[in-house]
Amino acid sequence: MCTMIVEKVKIEGSGKGTNGWFKLEGANVSYDHPFDAPYEHALNIDFVNEALGPSARVAVELSEAAARELIRTIQAVLDKAGEGGHLDSQRHHH
Amino acid sequence: MYTTDQYEGIIAETVPLPGANGDWINAFFARPLGRGPFPGLVLAHHMPGWDEWYRETTFKFALHGYATLTPNLYFRAGHGAPEDVAAKVRADGGVPDEQAVGDLAGTMTYLRSLPYINGKVGIFGTCSGGRHAYLAACRVQGFDAIVDCWGGNVVMPPEALNEKRPVAPIDYTKDLSCPILGLFGNDDTSPSPEQVDQHEAELKKYGKDYEFHRYDGAGHGFFYYIYKAYRQEQAMDGWKKVFAFLEKHLQKPV
Repeated sequence: MCTMIVEKVKIEGSGKGTNGWFKLEGANVSYDHPFDAPYEHALNIDFVNEALGPSARVAVELSEAAARELIRTIQAVLDKAGEGGHLDSQRHHH
Repeated sequence: MYTTDQYEGIIAETVPLPGANGDWINAFFARPLGRGPFPGLVLAHHMPGWDEWYRETTFKFALHGYATLTPNLYFRAGHGAPEDVAAKVRADGGVPDEQAVGDLAGTMTYLRSLPYINGKVGIFGTCSGGRHAYLAACRVQGFDAIVDCWGGNVVMPPEALNEKRPVAPIDYTKDLSCPILGLFGNDDTSPSPEQVDQHEAELKKYGKDYEFHRYDGAGHGFFYYIYKAYRQEQAMDGWKKVFAFLEKHLQKPV
C-alpha cells in the first residue's frame, strides 16, 4: 500500500488459477510492492473474478521494462491479427 | 536476556476479537506462558498482508517477553492465501484508515482486559502498518509506545487524500499520545528521506518524545529476509533498537 497507484478495469476472458480455469471479470493493475518479484516496486497485474473470492486470481509481477515490452508486444500482435483480418471485432462486421 | 539454562514456554493461537464498529475479526496471538505480568504489544501488519512474516514476528516478540497480538486488518476482504487477500485489498486502494484504527484500538482493549498484562501496551508496524500504527497512536488513548518502521504516506500531498484516507497522518502529530521510535532506510522512496525530515520536524514542533534512526544502504522493508530488500547489518541493529525502546517504555521496573 505504499504507492497506492492502482487501476481496475473490467475485462472478459478466462484465466488459469490454482484451481484451474475460471471466467475473468476484471484486471487490477498496480505499481506497488510485489510479493515475489525482486523489486521494491513492480507493475502488478491481477486477473480476477471477485465473485469467486480472493483466490480466483492469476498474478504477474513485472519489471518496468518487461511491462513496457509486453504492452508493445500485445499491440504488435493485435495489429498483425488486424492486418490479416482475423480479429473477432472485424469478422462481426462482415 | 535469554540464557540457555532458563525455562521458556510460548503459547500461540488464532483468537477472535471485536475490531472497528464491533465487527469480529481474527488475530494471531503469541505470549509467554506464565502468570506474568507481561507487557502487551499490538502488531499492525504490512501491505503484503497478515502473512507468515507477521506470524513469525508475533512469535519473536513473545520470545522477548511480550504478549503479542496481530489482528488481521484485511479480515473483511474475505479469506484465502494471505497474498490473494492482500492483492484484493491492494486493488481496492487499501483498507479505510478509520477501520484500521478501530481494529488496532480493539486489539489494544482486548490486551488490556487480560489478567496477565502489566498495564502497558505498545504498538509496532511496518510499511502501511507503520502508518496505521502511527494513526492509532495519535487518535486513540491507551498506547504506551509506538515503533514505526518505514511507514509510507505519513506525509501526503492534498491530492493523495481520499475517502479512505481523508487526513494525512502527519496532521495528527499534536495528538500523539506516547513516545515513538522510527526506523527508516535512506534509499526508501516512500517514505523518502525528505518526508522523514518533515515528520521529524513536526514531532519536534509539538515537543514529542521521539527517536528516529536512518540507515544508509537500506531502502524500504530492510527487516524482511523474505525479500531482496533485506539488509542484514541494518536489520540487526534495527531490531536491537526496537527491543531497547520497548523495554524502556513497556517493562515496569522490577
